[in-house]
Amino acid sequence: MLIIGIGNRHRGDDGIGSWVVQKLREQSLPVEIIEHCGDGAELMELWKSRDSVVIIDAVQARSSLGDLYRIEAHKDEVPADFFHYSTHAFSVAEAVELARVLDQLPPLLTIYGIVGENFKMGADISPKVKETALKVVDNIIDDIRNKE
Amino acid sequence: MKRKSRTIKVDYLARVEGEGALYIDIEEGHLKDVKLKIFEPPRFFEALLRGRRYSEAPDITARICGICPIAYQMSSSHAMENALHTTVDGQLRALRRLIYCGEWIESHALHIYMLHAPDFLGYPDAITMAKEHPDVVKRGLRLKKAGNEILKIVGGREIHPINVQVGGFYKAPSKQSLALLAEELKWAQDAALETVRWTAKLPMQDFQQDYEFVALRHPAEYPFNEGRLVSSKGLDIDIADFDLHFEEEHVEHSNALHCIHKGHGAYHVGPLARYSLNFDQLPPMVQQVALENHLPKICSNPFQSIVVRSIEVLYACHEALRIISEYEVPPKPAIEMQAGPGIGHGCTEAPRGICYHRYELDEKGNIMDARIVPPTSQNQKMIESDLRKFVSQYLHLSDEELTWRCEQAIRNYDPCISCATHFLKLHVKRN
Repeated sequence: MLIIGIGNRHRGDDGIGSWVVQKLREQSLPVEIIEHCGDGAELMELWKSRDSVVIIDAVQARSSLGDLYRIEAHKDEVPADFFHYSTHAFSVAEAVELARVLDQLPPLLTIYGIVGENFKMGADISPKVKETALKVVDNIIDDIRNKE
Repeated sequence: MKRKSRTIKVDYLARVEGEGALYIDIEEGHLKDVKLKIFEPPRFFEALLRGRRYSEAPDITARICGICPIAYQMSSSHAMENALHTTVDGQLRALRRLIYCGEWIESHALHIYMLHAPDFLGYPDAITMAKEHPDVVKRGLRLKKAGNEILKIVGGREIHPINVQVGGFYKAPSKQSLALLAEELKWAQDAALETVRWTAKLPMQDFQQDYEFVALRHPAEYPFNEGRLVSSKGLDIDIADFDLHFEEEHVEHSNALHCIHKGHGAYHVGPLARYSLNFDQLPPMVQQVALENHLPKICSNPFQSIVVRSIEVLYACHEALRIISEYEVPPKPAIEMQAGPGIGHGCTEAPRGICYHRYELDEKGNIMDARIVPPTSQNQKMIESDLRKFVSQYLHLSDEELTWRCEQAIRNYDPCISCATHFLKLHVKRN
């Protein structure tokens, strides 16, 4: 299993992917955990030949701060504007959908998207986003332990 | 009948690196104003460099951009060596050209296949294009990866490489590791040739501009790291004289400074400028491919930049293979530097055009002043000029089509808004 926390830890709620990575690393889990900036082409390379991949990222959606979306991306489409915040020209949603078209998705790809609102440079992560992220951490740990 | 009032708002222009907006004001059927607004927050890199060691500049400035970090590492290294009276030559110089080949290949391949080609074929994005052209998109991704592999082997990793230092590298790659690269680069060179043939057949807008092209020119090679700054309108200067001829100005609608050629105005940097000012420095094979694919020696149609980028990918693969075939591990990975006072200039050819750096060092080699002029801030005024002329020609188009054409025209420059100061929002106001 490969776990990828996406985002920029210096831009407020966008840093939640990195924050989750830190929390998971404290648990000595038998999986590879990495932080990533979210460049789509790189992501496609990273999940090639992987059986199971989990992605955590901040999202902008028309719902409340801290809301959690869990997408089983190997079978469900990722909404195009979901990772709207990304400043990359070719980012997570594009990478997932392009990989689907090219038959290059891992057999299992779970995406946790946590709704953020403050993406300003130097801002702190919103408490509600952290609260949801803790549930994501527990969820991922449970999934890993259940597979053991 | 002319519509009196018409406002189009596209909240997010995709396939551009960074945050910005385009504002178009049309009044009574006539174009009134075009502004490329960049609201990417200021980055303050020049200020945070002050007080740091000269040796820290390549790693700090590389952080300005994840797509073209080599440009920043090369320009800052050359500037520091210039300030400290050191010249890097031989295999170390060749390795610097090799790592730059990697950056051109990965950056150009991403732009050609993922960001720009869908515009020409009428697809909203590369994903839709991939449904009908899966093998083309796979070729693009593999080409990009070939470039990234060079960065990984020579630079230590693909994004923000860590092996570059003032005076050379921390560790020189082995002959064996480069020989392994060569295998994939032979495939990449063939794929680049296919890319030229494919892009040359794309439906092309007939749009010409009387550009002042500005690029480096070197007496013996197609430019990466060294040369004089020349222009298609007679400029021929040492890079140290950049400030005498170019100036940055603040405009209210942009967080990126606009750079102009003093007394001349907007100018054009990037693949089109490099190619048009250095066609004769391309190897005969690459020249022949360009001409066979109906690319003129001087290319003033910005939409053909996709073909020129393909030519540069072909050149970069060819040059990388040449460097690897002649490679011998240098005795030392870097020249030992002596810290001291000085003023140094560096100007290198980032994928998007010249990237100019100037540093002033104190007697201990600490940075007292830093100045960085990235390519996108130099092209910003030119993009507005292109759009002004382009929109005037296409006012009859529907809002939807006009928006699409404008986005394509902006992407001709592969603007890296993150570098210049990120999202591009498009607002067309018709009164």
